[in-house]
Amino acid sequence: MTNTAISVKGLKKSFKDKEVLKEVDFEVQRGEIFALLGSNGAGKTTAVNILSTLMKPDSGEVSICGFDVQRQPEDVRQSISLTGQFAALDGMQTGRENLMMIAKLRGVSNPVQVTDNLLVRFNLTDAANRRADKYSGGMKRRLDIAMSLIGTPAVIFLDEPTTGLDPEARIEVWDTINELSEGGTTILLTTQYLEEAEQLADRIAILHGGRIITTGTLTDLKEMFPPTKVEYIEKQPTLEEIFLALIGKGGEVNEK
Amino acid sequence: MKSNTGVLLGRLMRNILRSPDTIITVAITPIMLMLLFVYVFGGAIETGTDNYVNYLLPGILLITIASGVAYTSLRLFTDVKSGLMARFNTMPIKRSSVLWAHVLTSFVSNALTVVVVILVALVMGFRSNADILDWLTVVGILGLFTLALTWLAVIPGLTAGSMEGATAYSYPLIFLPFISSAFVPTETMPKIVRAFAENQPVTSIVDSVRALLYEGTVGNGIWIALAWCVGIMVIAYLIASKAFKRQLG
Repeated sequence: MTNTAISVKGLKKSFKDKEVLKEVDFEVQRGEIFALLGSNGAGKTTAVNILSTLMKPDSGEVSICGFDVQRQPEDVRQSISLTGQFAALDGMQTGRENLMMIAKLRGVSNPVQVTDNLLVRFNLTDAANRRADKYSGGMKRRLDIAMSLIGTPAVIFLDEPTTGLDPEARIEVWDTINELSEGGTTILLTTQYLEEAEQLADRIAILHGGRIITTGTLTDLKEMFPPTKVEYIEKQPTLEEIFLALIGKGGEVNEK
Repeated sequence: MKSNTGVLLGRLMRNILRSPDTIITVAITPIMLMLLFVYVFGGAIETGTDNYVNYLLPGILLITIASGVAYTSLRLFTDVKSGLMARFNTMPIKRSSVLWAHVLTSFVSNALTVVVVILVALVMGFRSNADILDWLTVVGILGLFTLALTWLAVIPGLTAGSMEGATAYSYPLIFLPFISSAFVPTETMPKIVRAFAENQPVTSIVDSVRALLYEGTVGNGIWIALAWCVGIMVIAYLIASKAFKRQLG
């Protein structure tokens, strides 16, 4: 068994005459948190949609856990879960019902137990029987990610998992992602927040102009660009640090 | 695959039962129309029958179904926008089961509303001497009509850019019965309007249902009625399937 979870070679995709992905190459190892960093419209979602079998590539070789996305989409879908830009849940159903539905669709043998475990793990037990559209943004995201874990897929795609969340909820999601990765799940994360990539990712790829312009660990990237210079500056707290200190969650900011 | 459709159907039906207003609002417009036509206009309308509720009911049922399928568009649109559709489509389940669950939901919820409207009509004096076989044929025609309009409703549900866009298409569908034999005989209409009224799907369906309910025959128009239903269904199904595939890029 190879150690590569995701392999992308020469991936191209255009919409009408707009070339979104010109030539994308990258590899993600099993158990890694890999961040695809790029500004709005860089093609991150397009890439994730192709990797998760929602869209067909124009050309290139894309495989997940050794399965080709075009020739073996069924096997790919067995191996993945997609958590899109919006919390993909049914707001009229309770948290428990949402989880049960996915458990049944995934055909897990003990849906009730799987659901109960996830509710505990994601701290949703108290809210389990409330309708999901009554949840806070952070709770919705947690439920969304919990739904993605059912059937223990080897690879999870998280497309801008913290866009639109308040700082508190963002940290909740970060903690969740770190936990997942400790459990051996491979995570491909897209984000436009540099800080998010810095907090979470083992390796970072920067998608720009339809190509991956650089890949590496944060340390690699720091060494490469820009050249190090020594400066002495007074450390001012960021607004985020002030906000979190005031609401009493300050300790978690620098935790990683 | 069948059990997946069942799981998804269960979810949609539960949502409907949780918002009974969707059943009530769908039933209320046709019931109001029925009251309006029977107790306000009815006395002045010459249809050649003494029981105007009987005359009116088939057309009212078609209006009920036409307004009911708008909710199918709405439910599909919500699934697409919320990302649930993308979630289902990246899961190891048959993709068509997602669409079929929506179609079956439409079928069941429309059947419920139609029963409510028929019960109100009974209170208002609707009587039929149709036997069980006639009734089954009526159910068959209305079922086909529901399926045809539902597949039509799937198209805007998948492709619309806004919630308004997803449901707006149903207005002309609801209006169609007014330019047909549903409320008044077509004979008094001006030539061009009459030509349209007599050759659009609603008239043949209304006439067939009427023949079954009150004359105990299937009428002459049944084949035209069936051809319309099946024709609309097949074309709408093909376009909807294509829209579904295209949505997947």
